[in-house]
Amino acid sequence: MKISPEEVAKVASLARLDLSTEKIELFAGQLDDILNYMDKLGELDTSDVEPLYSPVEHTTVLRADEPRKDYSREEVLSNAPEQDGAFFIVPRIV
Amino acid sequence: MSDMHSMTLSEIAAKLQSREVSVEHVVQSCLDRIESTEPRVHALLNVQDEAALAQAREMDQAGPDVSKPLWGVPIVLKDLLTTKGVATTCASRILEGFVPFYDATVVERLRDAGAILIGKANMDEFAMGSSTENSAFQKTSNPWDSDRVPGGSSGGSGATVAACQCYGALGTDTGGSIRLPASFCGIVGLKPTYGRVSRFGMVAYGSSLDQIGPMTRSVEDAARILQIIAGHDPKDSTSVDREVPDYCASLGKDDLSGLRIGLPEEYWGEGLAPEVEAACRDAIAKAESLGATTVPVKLSLTDYAIATYYIIAVAEASSNLSRFDGVRYGYRNKDAEELIDMYTRSRTEGFGDEVQRRIIMGAYVLSSGYYDAYYRKAAQVRRLIRRDFEQAFAQCDVIAGPVCPTTAFRSGEKADPLQMYLMDIFTISLNLAGLPGMSLPVGLGSESQMPVGLQLMGPAFSEERLLSVADALERSLPPMPVPEM
Repeated sequence: MKISPEEVAKVASLARLDLSTEKIELFAGQLDDILNYMDKLGELDTSDVEPLYSPVEHTTVLRADEPRKDYSREEVLSNAPEQDGAFFIVPRIV
Repeated sequence: MSDMHSMTLSEIAAKLQSREVSVEHVVQSCLDRIESTEPRVHALLNVQDEAALAQAREMDQAGPDVSKPLWGVPIVLKDLLTTKGVATTCASRILEGFVPFYDATVVERLRDAGAILIGKANMDEFAMGSSTENSAFQKTSNPWDSDRVPGGSSGGSGATVAACQCYGALGTDTGGSIRLPASFCGIVGLKPTYGRVSRFGMVAYGSSLDQIGPMTRSVEDAARILQIIAGHDPKDSTSVDREVPDYCASLGKDDLSGLRIGLPEEYWGEGLAPEVEAACRDAIAKAESLGATTVPVKLSLTDYAIATYYIIAVAEASSNLSRFDGVRYGYRNKDAEELIDMYTRSRTEGFGDEVQRRIIMGAYVLSSGYYDAYYRKAAQVRRLIRRDFEQAFAQCDVIAGPVCPTTAFRSGEKADPLQMYLMDIFTISLNLAGLPGMSLPVGLGSESQMPVGLQLMGPAFSEERLLSVADALERSLPPMPVPEM
């Protein structure tokens, strides 16, 4: 097996997902199939190949650093589950 | 004017400009059509009936504006394009109730061109899927056969256009999500070159793969929409600053002399349904009768494209979807008393299965110890796949093949995720290479009586050429029937 249910649970928790035991078992089986399928890339020799991360390879686009205001604070806060008119409110952190 | 709803976008735009029909009348006719067909297709997540009618009346009062090519034309947008003041859900519970305060650049451009937003289209949650069965809210049916899927992930956009609920829609294509539903629903779909259209305001899935494009009932309609949405946008650093040609000027040619069509053996061989092969071969024969020649080409890495694509796409998705944490927008679990717990419970309850599966897979292939074996390796193969295309395009002007090995499959037929991924075999290489592609309906499969799409692919920024070839074929092939509804 390429990926165990324990590994699935660990990766899920890193991605802030808390899955039921049933779902972890199901995902582990499915991900195992998928990862086995992905192994076919090992058949290709890529030792001298530069990775291609984006079709547009030179994307460091510069512009003048001029401050501007596109959106109001009210707009930016408008979809928050909880806010006080100035800040996003979250449950306690520690 | 009984069949006004089945007119093309180009036809209705002309009638609106000449005031032969009022905007209100056109909008009302679409709303009526939505009311009568929606119980069967379930293509839309919301309908902007009142807003669209109010806008129509205002426009009728002001009168036509020749500077606005889509003046008064009702359109639909895939629900992962942000629309100011209109709910945008990505067909996910996690964005239920989200009302953006800005328009995506493409939406702004369509509004400036006079288009009227009439509804938002269903899709696979966060564009992850090939059948629109992964929507958190509803399953969309294929207008040709309610038991079959419309394809995905832009299945709502495909179905709404095929069902004549509107005159055109925008979809997005990360691995085939415009071309596959266009093929399954019997309409035209165009995925532009990566960078041709701004992605600002498109909720990201695989940022290096995503492109927005038109889904329409004619090639000319696709050209007209692309004309409006293409072009550089300072808000998207990957949008390319390059002149936008006059796409409609490339239409109307009947002579394909000199055109070399590459036929990749990997796309025309084993596993292809005979009815799909026959319909596509007939279309190629038609192109030859118009003067084109065919050449065999090789895309020898086709078999590796799905593995490459799913590693890159899930890696990018796991990173992109980390923004959904219940803090700034979207769903929040209100019972959590502590921050990390709030993140976890909101995401666990807000995302559907396929999205969770891809986030986990993405986090896995990016994790230390696996990064080189999966993500870096896939990025290397990605360059080889692009080279494959470059070599093929040294021998031909366009590449042609089927969009999908089969016509639309039945709902529930592909329950295993890997089996679903394999439907993308002919579409995903193009996203990896960042090149443009189109799906053109070329008739119905002799067995299933479902639409077949021919895929035309071209070098970077060759949309003009693709549209020109597709237009010549569209006019010389028997007219595509409209589904009976």
